[in-house]
Amino acid sequence: MRASDWIELALFISILAVLNKPLGIHIYRVLDTEGKTIFDAIFKPLENLTYKICSIDKSKEQNWIEYAIGLLLFNFVGMLLTYFVLRMQHVLPLNPEHIGPMAPHIAFNTAISFGTNTNWQSYIPEKEVSYFSQMVGLAFHNFTSAATGIALAAAFVRGIVRTEVKTIGNCWVDLTRITYYLLLPLSLVGALLLMSQGVPQNFHAYIRYLPLDSKAHEGACIIPQGPIASQEAIKLLGTNGGGFFNANSAHPYENPTPLSNFMEMLLIFLIPSALTYYFGLSCKKLRHGWSIWLTMVLLFLVLSLSCYWLEHAGNPFFKPYGIEQLTNMEGKETRFGIFESTLFAAVTTAASCGAVNSMHDSFLPLSGMIPLFNMSLGEIIFGGVGSGLYGMLLFVILSVFLFGLMIGRTPGYLGKRIGAYEIKMAVLALMIQYILILGMSSMAIYSSWGRAALGNNGPHGLTEILYAFTSTSQNNGSAFGGLSATSIPYAICLALAMYFGRFFVIIPVLAIAGSLVCQKRYISQMVFPTSGALFVFILGATIFLLGALSFFPVLTLGPILEHLMMARGKMF
Amino acid sequence: MKLFHSLVLSVKLTLLLLLILSGIYPFTVYILGKLLFPYQSGGSLIIDSKGHVRGSLLIGQNFDSPRYFHSRPSVSTYDGLNSGGSNLAPSSSDFIERIKKRATHYRKENGIASLNLIPADAVCASASGLDPHISLKNALLQAPRVAKARKADLKAIENLILKNTQNPLANIFGEKSVNVLKLNLELDKEYPLP
Repeated sequence: MRASDWIELALFISILAVLNKPLGIHIYRVLDTEGKTIFDAIFKPLENLTYKICSIDKSKEQNWIEYAIGLLLFNFVGMLLTYFVLRMQHVLPLNPEHIGPMAPHIAFNTAISFGTNTNWQSYIPEKEVSYFSQMVGLAFHNFTSAATGIALAAAFVRGIVRTEVKTIGNCWVDLTRITYYLLLPLSLVGALLLMSQGVPQNFHAYIRYLPLDSKAHEGACIIPQGPIASQEAIKLLGTNGGGFFNANSAHPYENPTPLSNFMEMLLIFLIPSALTYYFGLSCKKLRHGWSIWLTMVLLFLVLSLSCYWLEHAGNPFFKPYGIEQLTNMEGKETRFGIFESTLFAAVTTAASCGAVNSMHDSFLPLSGMIPLFNMSLGEIIFGGVGSGLYGMLLFVILSVFLFGLMIGRTPGYLGKRIGAYEIKMAVLALMIQYILILGMSSMAIYSSWGRAALGNNGPHGLTEILYAFTSTSQNNGSAFGGLSATSIPYAICLALAMYFGRFFVIIPVLAIAGSLVCQKRYISQMVFPTSGALFVFILGATIFLLGALSFFPVLTLGPILEHLMMARGKMF
Repeated sequence: MKLFHSLVLSVKLTLLLLLILSGIYPFTVYILGKLLFPYQSGGSLIIDSKGHVRGSLLIGQNFDSPRYFHSRPSVSTYDGLNSGGSNLAPSSSDFIERIKKRATHYRKENGIASLNLIPADAVCASASGLDPHISLKNALLQAPRVAKARKADLKAIENLILKNTQNPLANIFGEKSVNVLKLNLELDKEYPLP
């Protein structure tokens, strides 16, 4: 790595660390119904109007079941809306290119994909989606699914922090306040910053241009336009990741400069990172929040640096053709190079974003395994907005349970007893994801429709399928794009993986919150440390062990086998 | 009844948020863009003296003629409606076959001996298929060919390349790169067709 790369990485982590406190405090106020924020002057009237129009009683709190039902219904209505918008986009406005309706199974897949914060894309946006559909059908979910994730994290945190009550907040108030006070202002700032770098925002018809070398082009020369900047900002801020274009953040209109690239990576980690501070503040143990943050940073550094070094090795098959340093530039942009491409890949899969600035499918086998491994750890290294925090807290509960038992102490966490019920629910939430990933991948590998979609042969084909189901079950949305998953069975299976991976996990998560919130706080001398080096080590080890044990066998058959065979000179 | 109430509430909240998040928000960004960044928000378009749009500074174009610097290989030959990469695996024989063809073509076109190394961006397809940049080394290797085709002085062409080279911002962000479209536009200006 060059010195400049180290500086960029250090800057990236430092900016996150500096923003943690102010943003964490802001989030704390947003999630407090009576909290005062700096945006009250603008959004307070709108908030009150929203309560009035929707007849929301903001003083009335909900138990975990009511909270869950509210979120499920709200998301269901949104997904239904998106489905019909995509199916009827040819008769709706803002469609200068007269794009026809989306096929039913693709629209079904897309509606679930955006409703679950996944943003898996089985379509080519510039050809198949109108401006209206982008704004109303898709960008809408970028906000609401992000708000849903943060609301869930808030409910979970309240479950841990509160004592001897039944309620964990009001989902309608949470959704409204998160959207107005957190997502909307930050998106606006993000959109302006990205626009300054060259991300367009207009409603023009696609531009037809006269190329310089007219003989080098066949057919019409077209550059799509659209309201890109507004969507780009929330795509990253809400860890959504659905590109306005097929090439996603590799497209020069979505990510024009190295500076915009840096901003995009920051936007992805911004909220998940600050949520750890919010958590520390809520449980009045700032050191605990920072310890969780540090665990995330350390895991992130290990994985992102490995990704870079593995990719930097180059492709041995380039040797006979006299290519400098054997650099694998396939599927990467000149302006980003190897370092910023691999860093972005690690960021987008550590968080549950799924935006890409390079094509992961063309990475070398082992460096391509890092994004896959990142996702299979459960996207808790910062993770998705909200989902990263509650996912991480499930691991915290598991590790205090495991290590508490090892040293013969009653497992407790922040003064609450961790009993059989909580552990069952935490394991259930993790198992759902493991079963979805491994079960559905196996199913696809054993069926002809599964194998028909492969873009590459050999072990790489297995990795493509595994990546698709990992990405969808974990609600990431990035892809090994060689897999053309547009057939009906794929569209439906992937949609189910996304739906179960999101909404079946939130039920056990809220159930834990509902159980913990009723407990009273007990004071024990024999509590396990929740901060410091020992805690960071134990938490990191638990995450790594669970992830590695669950996925190492299949990774051996995919990327590791491919790497070993490549080393022996075998092509597929 | 409670469920029904929640459903009605969901529909109302969805409609209201639609108005704000899908209506007011993108239009606010649009208006701010028009005021603050009119060129960028309009797509960074290049318009010639006759009023024709010649492309966007950010979007790469395909070049074939020896008179121009050539962009990187693109899976869709710079079709704006088909952005994306090849998604071929590094172990794919199809992929290595492509690399071989591109390397041979690049060497022949620019007269590069087989002992000399060529930069990876000259033979690898980009992620977007619309990459507007090439590496500095790639541009310099093409300079003799362009100079010959334009009957220009090699030194002058090389200087033009260096003038159009983008250095990493603050020496930290990004890579040394040359915007091919911008460079070719300058070429046409400096060395117009006879």
